[in-house]
Amino acid sequence: MNAISDIKPAFDVDVIRAQFPILSQTIRGKTFTFLDSAASAQKPRAVIDAMVLAMETQYSNVHRGLHWMSERTSDAYEGTRDVIARLLNAGSREEIVFTKNATEAINLVAHSYGRGVMRPGQAVLISAMEHHANLVPWQMLRDATGIELRVADITDAGELDMASVEAQLADGKVGLVAITHMSNVLGTVNPVARIAALSHQHGAKVLFDGSQAVVHRAVDVQAIDADFYVWTGHKLYGPTGIGVLYAKRELLEAMPPFMGGGDMIGSVSFERSTWAEVPHKFEAGTPMILEAIGLRAAIEWVEAIGMEAITAHEAGLVHHALNRLVAVPGLRVLGTAQDRGGVFSFAMEGAHAHDVATLLDREGIAVRAGNHCAEPLMRRLGVDSTARASCGIYTTPEEIDRLADTLVKVGEFFR
Amino acid sequence: MFDDVRDLYSEAIRNHSRAPRHAGRPNVFDGSARGDNPMCGDRVTVFVRRGGTGLEGAGFEARGCELVTASADLMCDAVAGRGLDEITGIAGQVEAMARSGQMPDWVTQGCAHCDALEALQPLSAVHEFPSRLRCVTLPWTTLVAALGSDSKTSGDAA
Repeated sequence: MNAISDIKPAFDVDVIRAQFPILSQTIRGKTFTFLDSAASAQKPRAVIDAMVLAMETQYSNVHRGLHWMSERTSDAYEGTRDVIARLLNAGSREEIVFTKNATEAINLVAHSYGRGVMRPGQAVLISAMEHHANLVPWQMLRDATGIELRVADITDAGELDMASVEAQLADGKVGLVAITHMSNVLGTVNPVARIAALSHQHGAKVLFDGSQAVVHRAVDVQAIDADFYVWTGHKLYGPTGIGVLYAKRELLEAMPPFMGGGDMIGSVSFERSTWAEVPHKFEAGTPMILEAIGLRAAIEWVEAIGMEAITAHEAGLVHHALNRLVAVPGLRVLGTAQDRGGVFSFAMEGAHAHDVATLLDREGIAVRAGNHCAEPLMRRLGVDSTARASCGIYTTPEEIDRLADTLVKVGEFFR
Repeated sequence: MFDDVRDLYSEAIRNHSRAPRHAGRPNVFDGSARGDNPMCGDRVTVFVRRGGTGLEGAGFEARGCELVTASADLMCDAVAGRGLDEITGIAGQVEAMARSGQMPDWVTQGCAHCDALEALQPLSAVHEFPSRLRCVTLPWTTLVAALGSDSKTSGDAA
């Protein structure tokens, strides 16, 4: 087992933690141990202050008011698009579309690309490890259009079965491959560049769900050669209510709008309307202005720490956690992927995940329990539900130790 | 450690979850319903055998936590031989008890033939665990659905 002293943090975690006001709380008198960042991350002071400051000093609607305040707010809102384009190394800022969350971004693609560009007889290929957000929109597309839905298998280790991906692509009917970059259940990081190259060889576009990955890894959409890349702000220490769709410009140009309304039009008459240029064609109505300002603050805060340091910090936690969890009697950690992030799903012999989570909660330890919006994956793994601990930038090895030590006691309680 | 959860995981609850007497699909039933909690993956199917205006007996299959199983098992003990309207009333009282922790009249004042109802009292401990409330109530809402189910949709397994 690794001693805590063996782990070299890539930055001073105490300094990071001090920037998250919520982490100093106690829960029923117990130290708050937040191990549920994969569901939603906590917010640093920089994000909180940026949103409050905007409301106090610089707020108006965007893109319409011919006044000082609206011009400043429009600049702040549009500035976030530039920051995201830089974070993802997008070819241009017009390739960044704001959505409500990653789910809405996938629905946008399923609707506008699926119905507007794909044709019956084509297929969408997903994997057996997808979140419901990257499954249900494609089922709805299938049911509405007759576009086929295919599923690539995973291995018992919880890795994507590339032979299965290749077999599903072989007949050339797959028009779009939609796969997660990092599993929200297993922590598996998928080989996205390989998947994209393989898909392109077979004439398919690729969409990656980066909701988990973008938090832990540097993502370069041009290096990966992603056609679509979606993620959500609230897992990257930003506010809820804002997500991101990256798409290659020629794809956005070819796609019809998703929703109609103000802000997405060129001209409007009762007979017909024309659409605004991309990306505004996909942003109907008053957008998430404050959330965009908060997300910009989050990205700049993360960039200041450095994604390399964040990845190194997480790698240390993964190593430590696997060592500690495997030593807990009766505990089975799901997935043994070679490339994995700080998400650990586990099942305890003789205790249901909900009961485990309730006992952990009484010690101030917050984990998620259930099927993690991935019911088909649970079936594939042969479990009904699991408890899941997940790490963030503020997670410490001591917190992992607290989890492991408490799990030993939980096992004793239910034995 | 865990002293404050010992009410929730009382001996009665543990016994019913570990060795449920009514688990399994019965050989004979004339109504059934399935209840899901999509948020956590709990699933329970309740089988009922009706006769006259009442319920002769009930059984269940559960995939879920200790609370779902214990609640379903205690429920099957409590409702057998009772009238359908009476059972619907008890289901409502159990939910109210689980929400508030306040005991229904049949616990505070006692009643005839009420041992099985009084045995439901440990379920009240869930009121301090709001995120677990539905674990206790899911079998009861599923039972009410099963009682109203079309007998043609289920059957005699024999």
